[in-house]
Amino acid sequence: MKTLMKSVALGVTVAALAAGAASAQTLAQVKARGTLQCGSNTGLAGFGQPDAQGNWTGLDVDFCRAVSAAIFNDPTKVKFVPLSAKDRFPALQSGEIDVLSRNTTWTMSRDAAFEFGPVVYYDGQGFLVRKKMKIGSAMELSGASICVQQGTTTELNIADYFRSKNMKYEIVAFAALDETSKAYDSGRCDAFSADASALYADRLRLANPDDHVVLPEIISKEPLGPMWRQGDSQWGDVIKWTHYAMLTAEELGINQANVDEQLKSTAPDVKRLLGTEGNFGEQIGLTKDWAYRIIKHVGNYGEVFEKNVGQNSRLKIARGVNGLWNKGGLQFAPPVR
Amino acid sequence: MSDVFYIQKEPIARLPAPSSLVGPLAWARANLFSSPANAVLSIVTLVVAVWCTWKALDFLVLSAVFSGADREACLAKNGVEPGACWAFVRDRFSFFIYGFYPVAERWRVDIFFVLLAVGVVWLLWLKAPRRDLGLIYFLVVMPVASFLLLNGASFLGLKPVDTALWGGLMVTLVVSAVAIVVSLPLGVLLALGRRSQLPVIKFFSVLYIEFVRGVPLVGMLFMANVMLPLFLPGDVSVDKLLRAVVGISLFASAYMAEVVRAGLQALPKGQYEGAMAMGLGYWQMMRLIILPQALKVTIPNIVNNYVALFKDTSLLLIVGIFDFLKAIQTASIDPQWAVATASVTGYVFAALVYFAFCHGMARYARAMEARLNAAQKR
Repeated sequence: MKTLMKSVALGVTVAALAAGAASAQTLAQVKARGTLQCGSNTGLAGFGQPDAQGNWTGLDVDFCRAVSAAIFNDPTKVKFVPLSAKDRFPALQSGEIDVLSRNTTWTMSRDAAFEFGPVVYYDGQGFLVRKKMKIGSAMELSGASICVQQGTTTELNIADYFRSKNMKYEIVAFAALDETSKAYDSGRCDAFSADASALYADRLRLANPDDHVVLPEIISKEPLGPMWRQGDSQWGDVIKWTHYAMLTAEELGINQANVDEQLKSTAPDVKRLLGTEGNFGEQIGLTKDWAYRIIKHVGNYGEVFEKNVGQNSRLKIARGVNGLWNKGGLQFAPPVR
Repeated sequence: MSDVFYIQKEPIARLPAPSSLVGPLAWARANLFSSPANAVLSIVTLVVAVWCTWKALDFLVLSAVFSGADREACLAKNGVEPGACWAFVRDRFSFFIYGFYPVAERWRVDIFFVLLAVGVVWLLWLKAPRRDLGLIYFLVVMPVASFLLLNGASFLGLKPVDTALWGGLMVTLVVSAVAIVVSLPLGVLLALGRRSQLPVIKFFSVLYIEFVRGVPLVGMLFMANVMLPLFLPGDVSVDKLLRAVVGISLFASAYMAEVVRAGLQALPKGQYEGAMAMGLGYWQMMRLIILPQALKVTIPNIVNNYVALFKDTSLLLIVGIFDFLKAIQTASIDPQWAVATASVTGYVFAALVYFAFCHGMARYARAMEARLNAAQKR
């Protein structure tokens, strides 16, 4: 037993050393390997979900494709590693994946152990109600009965929210999410509360989805973004600027269709982004045309959003807080300069 | 020629048994309605059985939806709730079978299925020609060919396909075939080791068997998947699927060892002594006298293990490998098929496929048992 403990301890030390050495040059490793290893969800509608042909689709997996496009000029050089909620952090720690893009909420304690990137999707808890109730805001929910899943933070968030607003409410709790939405569908309560992105997918499982609407209020903060190992700021720059490039492209009106045309643009900010002027990509270990590659192969943030979770998808989630900063949202990219 | 008529020359035609003893009515009276309590029970059971069958038939076939492109097909129409959503299974069928395997390369998986089927039939069909060649094919040619096919080989012009892309029924079959083939010989060796006179071999066999049997399979898969990479240096990575296959095979062989040991212990000591008196060495004795009898005794348990093993492969889903069941579960989350009946239909389909495989194994084992027990019959 003692020797076993010793060898385990030795193994951990070696692993820690190896991880320390490995994490310092993720970009070089990825380039040498020729593929990006991306931790993805094992199945979440709109974020990481295989289609009928077995291709991954979703906002989170498209982010990895964008990183791959920036590095290799090829969005297909990604190896998706589907991870459960339990597996995801050890997989990142051990170096099995280079980046975790799996609807993970940015929290303080997680940030202490890993690095978090820009928020790719602002999620939060929301409400689903019947259209015929003619409610336009969660503020009008006073006295309502609300179906929630038992033992989740959902229940606590509702208590916080209604108490702070001095409104009456009644919780009707169920063990499973599926049961909860069925109960709401059969009229057991006036509203159904869960994470907003899940609410949209769940709405489709109701008998008549068009009779229901998701209220605009979000009562908790769930910022979802990519994660990587600590101590590798160069790799962090690649991750961060992949997202910023997609945002900046949307802001400047550059999309997959017109990106080639935009190469001829004389606008200085377009030229800086697409690499026809300056060498910004090279400063973070990529090429001059890194942003062009991302937009050409994957698209700008707005395109990716609408395709996976927005109006061009079945979820039909409105941009809301995920809109650009100059259109009332929270998505804001630092300038390329 | 005397006319003595009182002698009956021909046997009188046998009268049929009274209708109270034969025929369906008599059978029903004897087996179903022998007492008032039995009659009530029979009627209640019959009614429940008919009702369940009717409901199942209605859900699965009569009011089921067989074609359609998305969830719209399986939605309630004019307030009538449709039954099973087979359109969902049809749409995602190739995902259930091949997982993420690249569409252009899926013919390789089909060839693998054919190779596997040929191997199984060649080995298991007793009248097949040259079954000795069949064994070589099954244990050497087929595994190598399958590996080259599925994994890819650049020197043959086959594009490499990463095991992360393997999925669906294909993974379930690969994992269980490997585990089934590996676990029996390994189990026999461990069982012999456990009964060995050599203390070191005995000690390690016991240690291994008891340790593995004492750990849940889920724990072992987690160990292999989450802990192992932490102990290995960063640039060494063992394939995820390989880790799982090794884990399941080792797990299955520990159980197999105990099954085989039961067979070894069931043999009378005289068999061992007789063999030794004939001047046979240890391996000859095992190969010619002991193991054939011991394995025959344990056929039901061996197959029982195989059936359990086949179904255990669905635990791969918790380590993020898309086996058959996980592929079905994942597909049913897709908003394209977000209707309540889609996931139910998916599970029914999974049950049918698992049943077909497991029942097939069980039936073959029963036939085998009957053949081997011919000596005991009179």
